[in-house]
Amino acid sequence: MTRSVRTRSRRSVQVAALGAAALLALSACSSSDDSSSAKSGASQSGSGTKVSGDITVFAAASLKESFTTLGKDFEKAHPGTKVTFSFGGSDSLAASITGGAPADVFASASPKTMKVVTDAKDNADAPATFVRNQLEIATLPGNPDKVASLKDLTGKDLKVVLCDKTVPCGAAAEKALTASKLKLTPVSYEEDVKSALNKVVLKEADAAVVYRTDVRAAGDKVEGVEFPESADAINAYPIALLKESKNTETAKAFIALVRSAEGQKVLTSAGFLQP
Amino acid sequence: MTLRSPGRADATDTLTGGPQRRRASGFGGSRRARGGAPLPLLVPALIGLAFLTLPLVALLIRAPWRSMPELLTSPEVWQALRLSLVCATAATAVSLVIGVPLAWLLARVEFPGRGLVRALVTLPLVLPPVVGGVALLMALGRNGVVGKWLDSWFGVTLPFTTTGVVIAEAFVAMPFLVISVEGTLRAADPRYEEAAATLGASRFTAFRRVTLPLIAPGVAAGAVLAWARALGEFGATITFAGNFPGRTQTMPLAVYLALQNDPESAIALSLVLLAVSVAVLAGLRDRWMSAS
Repeated sequence: MTRSVRTRSRRSVQVAALGAAALLALSACSSSDDSSSAKSGASQSGSGTKVSGDITVFAAASLKESFTTLGKDFEKAHPGTKVTFSFGGSDSLAASITGGAPADVFASASPKTMKVVTDAKDNADAPATFVRNQLEIATLPGNPDKVASLKDLTGKDLKVVLCDKTVPCGAAAEKALTASKLKLTPVSYEEDVKSALNKVVLKEADAAVVYRTDVRAAGDKVEGVEFPESADAINAYPIALLKESKNTETAKAFIALVRSAEGQKVLTSAGFLQP
Repeated sequence: MTLRSPGRADATDTLTGGPQRRRASGFGGSRRARGGAPLPLLVPALIGLAFLTLPLVALLIRAPWRSMPELLTSPEVWQALRLSLVCATAATAVSLVIGVPLAWLLARVEFPGRGLVRALVTLPLVLPPVVGGVALLMALGRNGVVGKWLDSWFGVTLPFTTTGVVIAEAFVAMPFLVISVEGTLRAADPRYEEAAATLGASRFTAFRRVTLPLIAPGVAAGAVLAWARALGEFGATITFAGNFPGRTQTMPLAVYLALQNDPESAIALSLVLLAVSVAVLAGLRDRWMSAS
């Protein structure tokens, strides 16, 4: 099913070069089951392309909740499309993209990880910042250790987990700590932001330095403490279309949704800052 | 180690391991097939070999040989390697102390629900290691079912400690040892133990003086398997024990995190781990396992 949809749409795109009339004729006979998407595609773009078929989006772990929502919105707005997500640490996602993983869109949690992809020339358009994210301290519910600042994490006998320096949330935490001349020895450098947060959710650690969006997503399982030093380390999230994309029109439409006012509303309600 | 089982189990022992299993442990190359290997076996065998070795060969080809000395002389690498070796060895020791008696129980003592217990023992084999790590946190974590009491009574917390690494590795690796030892025990002739019993040996003495020497090759093979599995353990370790250089960052964790940033050094690190494990396994094989 997946393959047939993709080949069909690729074929339509190729034929589109011959002329809009030919395209309409072909999509009319080849995709009788989703004529609605063919119609909307033809009416939407003058170049004779349409928004349909499957796309795969590689996105940073911190985007999980908001992108899942946006994916559903997108599928609803464009019947006949299917958005598949792969969420993970931006670095491993970037590594799999440069390693040839078939993805259409990459949304990363830092310009540095996006640069891995652009350096390998695996992007098809220039990356654009679509949101920014600020760090926050996640403490146990009710904040029993009375954590009020970044400095409070360095003193006392607290078990603090940070992200590893190789992932964006760890790099940002290190930047904030260096900027405020604090030395913090955590019990663990976690491999991504969600596992850092989970150590607090499971009450194994007393505090973690994570993104504001993660604190928001965890609901009442953790309590967030804002700290002013986080202003020194705000992460910009870039998004880009990938060279490997077999369905560029749909991928572009998804990126457009993420950057639209509607998309920004979903993202800011999850705790992201506007770019 | 006081696993003296009730006498009623004695009778069933004779039933479980029949004399037809006698020679099962001693098939080491007494008869050799004449002529070459038949093609229907040879071709898939060679494909199998290529399938297993090709990725390793690719790793060797793509390794950054020029920058290797520089990558490998950093103290962090040796710290992680030493921690890996120490923890894998400790996890194997733990597995031996509690795993061999468990295998003996499964192989020699008839009790209700033995099939279920055997399935439970092998559960960590199918469980994704990360889930195993979460399960360990829920059992032995600071807020875990048992860990809560460890913390409040003895002030012991296991997550984020080197002991935690050993526990995570033993959890994942011990089933390999238990399965291997149980198989050897079932193949070993129980009549030697019975003979020892008729000569007045207690069941524990018979186990220690007769059974254990008899199944030594199987125990060694199981221990090697468990050690190798523990050495490569990643998921349960990073979930249960976290990642801190020198304390809980073993080689696989270092490799994974290096992969995020610098794939070249990740390849170099994995080659070190590979070289060390191949050296140890080859050394042990010559010494112990061919002795059977």
